[in-house]
Amino acid sequence: MSTVKFTVSALAVIAASASAAAAREQIQIAGSSTVLPYSTIVAELFGENMDFPVPVVESGGTGSGMQKFCEGVGENTIDIANASRAISDSERETCTANGVTDIMEVRIGYDGIVFANGASGPDFVYTPADWFNALSAKVVRDGEVVDNTANTWNEVNPDLPDQEILAFVPGTKHGTREVFEEKVMLAGCEESGAMEAFTASGMDEDAAEEACMTLRTDGKSVDIDGDYTETLARIESSPNGIGVFGLSFYENNTDKLKVGTMSGVAPSTETIASGEYPVSRPLFFYVKKAHIGVIPGLQEFVDFFVSDEIAGPDGPLAQYGLVSDPELAATQEAVAAGTTMQ
Amino acid sequence: MTDMPLSDTAAAPRRKAASLLKQDARTRRRNAAEKRFRLYGAAAIAISLAALLVLLATILTNGAGAFRQTYLNIPVALDAEVLDPRGNRDPAEMARVLTTSYGRVLDAAVRDTIARHDIRIEGLSDDDIGGLISREASAQVRDRVLDDPGLVGQTVEFDVLTSGRIDGYFKGRVTMDSAERDGNTSPQQLQLAQELADRGEMVTRFNWDFLTNADASDQRPEAAGLGVAILGSFYMMLVVLVLSVPIGVAASIYLEEFAPKNHLTDIIEVNISNLAAVPSIVFGILGLAAFINFVGLPQSAPIVGGLVLTLMTLPTIIISTRAALKAVPPSIRDAALGVGASKMQSVVHHVLPLAMPGILTGTIIGLAQALGETAPLLLIGMVAFVRNYPDGLPGGLMDPASALPVQVYNWTQRSDPAFIERASGAIIVLLVFLLCMNLLAIWLRRKFERRW
Repeated sequence: MSTVKFTVSALAVIAASASAAAAREQIQIAGSSTVLPYSTIVAELFGENMDFPVPVVESGGTGSGMQKFCEGVGENTIDIANASRAISDSERETCTANGVTDIMEVRIGYDGIVFANGASGPDFVYTPADWFNALSAKVVRDGEVVDNTANTWNEVNPDLPDQEILAFVPGTKHGTREVFEEKVMLAGCEESGAMEAFTASGMDEDAAEEACMTLRTDGKSVDIDGDYTETLARIESSPNGIGVFGLSFYENNTDKLKVGTMSGVAPSTETIASGEYPVSRPLFFYVKKAHIGVIPGLQEFVDFFVSDEIAGPDGPLAQYGLVSDPELAATQEAVAAGTTMQ
Repeated sequence: MTDMPLSDTAAAPRRKAASLLKQDARTRRRNAAEKRFRLYGAAAIAISLAALLVLLATILTNGAGAFRQTYLNIPVALDAEVLDPRGNRDPAEMARVLTTSYGRVLDAAVRDTIARHDIRIEGLSDDDIGGLISREASAQVRDRVLDDPGLVGQTVEFDVLTSGRIDGYFKGRVTMDSAERDGNTSPQQLQLAQELADRGEMVTRFNWDFLTNADASDQRPEAAGLGVAILGSFYMMLVVLVLSVPIGVAASIYLEEFAPKNHLTDIIEVNISNLAAVPSIVFGILGLAAFINFVGLPQSAPIVGGLVLTLMTLPTIIISTRAALKAVPPSIRDAALGVGASKMQSVVHHVLPLAMPGILTGTIIGLAQALGETAPLLLIGMVAFVRNYPDGLPGGLMDPASALPVQVYNWTQRSDPAFIERASGAIIVLLVFLLCMNLLAIWLRRKFERRW
């Protein structure tokens, strides 16, 4: 009998505590794994400097963060979504359909994407065209569209070392992949004139772009669905490998990696801020305005995040590898005024 | 005529070996086959042992470092101009000074220490001096100053963490060679650390903080600990224990002793076995839909994690409890009923105590399984960066918390190499917990076991 009583009382406790589960105290954040380290750094500083609890930060990728963000308004939904790309139209629609209408977009800075091989490997001097010719499924040779059969980097460009092509690129669920496709593959496609050859061969513009961004599948290009740590482990086990990393990851592992230059520019926070280094992208987070004033500390957290002491060029985020936004002052104003997206 | 069969049977053994001491070909083959079979078994065990040894050796060599940490003993002059710009020692005013400003005070303290010991190193940069100690130290000093504003203006001794690279140097993870190429440290910085260690100011000692500290961000791996994760795992296991044991045992007793054998119970039985094999992530999806979206329980809370893991362990517990009940001989029940006990009395007084060792073992193994589970926690928001400790019971069940396997998963994704050591250390802690639980299971079984 006592077992039954125990079970009933346990269930009663759950039911009672469920109804008491009101008033969330801490901010809930989810989204991009690229923004995650910045978010945790700020969360930690926020917690130790302010009288609010440390926000809870989940990762999981931009897409899943946005999905959670757009689930609706209320205490059991998240307050902030981190994103390594701008919110898409379809995500806006989902948000609107679920009543998430007032969204504040906050750009925190820029992130560079770098190409690095093992520290003992040769120096690489790339151009986007090299990457396109090395990794694209279809390339143009003598004016003909043919399957890519290049085996070594110096087949692609005689200036590159005689090293087998083996590239570890982020998988399709990563926001980084999109940037890689647009800023490297597509740019290289246009630069090398392959784009014109594709359209000349009878493809329409969309099909040609698609062909530019399709990677070869014969094992020379390997999709990494995990994190940069996995890419690093793959490079350590296969010395010919070249990986695609975020700048901050590279800066934390400079003893194990050697970075290549792109179009003659070495990646650094300075060259990315000035726009010289071509492969970079803005990082964002999105805030539910309806939660400001309901979740304690939300407005303070957003203000704190974009303040000069944190996101400025001398702040801890820049030290970690974030390229601070030259227009930070405008962002601060927008945040203070609570400007939402139109 | 009667001799004929006799002589036939007498002839038959003659075809076999003449002596038992001498083996014929067939016996030799059979013996060889048996030897081979035993060899296969031994080889299988050897392979699994080798795999286990490699795993343990990697984890131990990678993770042992997490239990030791390098600290720097340093007198800090708490500069009133920086820490209390208005000069009124009002904690509310002083709280406006952020930890970033405290970094300057600490930099100055490191310079003082270098000067005091008269250490001269060629090419030592400002970054090297600033990067010597952990960023956590700023928070440590700030907390102390805000607790006792009277300290401002004095010089106070602090025992602060050194940065991850310096700590790695004393553990052999960072070398002069790697520092040459490393953007976050330099040979000069390591040289400075060595000098300070030679003078006894910098010591590497056992690191209790690893077990009690909360998680820390990517910039301070040296401060990251398992405190919140251990507490979160403990809360979840408590919920699992409190819910799954009574529910599981009650369900099994009913199914085994009271329920009629019909189609309905057959269906239930099939479903229970089926649920035991369902991938754990499915329970996470269920938990998100049922407990968070429908009931409205908070995200990232141990109560939701516990409920999800309860659902996951219930089939395991029911199956093992039913097996334990089945193993009690029917004669015990018959004897109890025979002397006039009711059905319930026979179960509660006789069957259940005898089945107890099996039930306990099943429960503990179910709990151990739940302790190591990450996938279902992914969807309910527990795979997260959580730095605040949850409150005490019962309110703490509603506060965000992490869990041990989650912490391992999180740390393996961080970019700073120091987190690899932390992750392996967390695996060691998790393995020790699992080992303790399994030993407890074995001990309980031995203690209560009865033979017939």
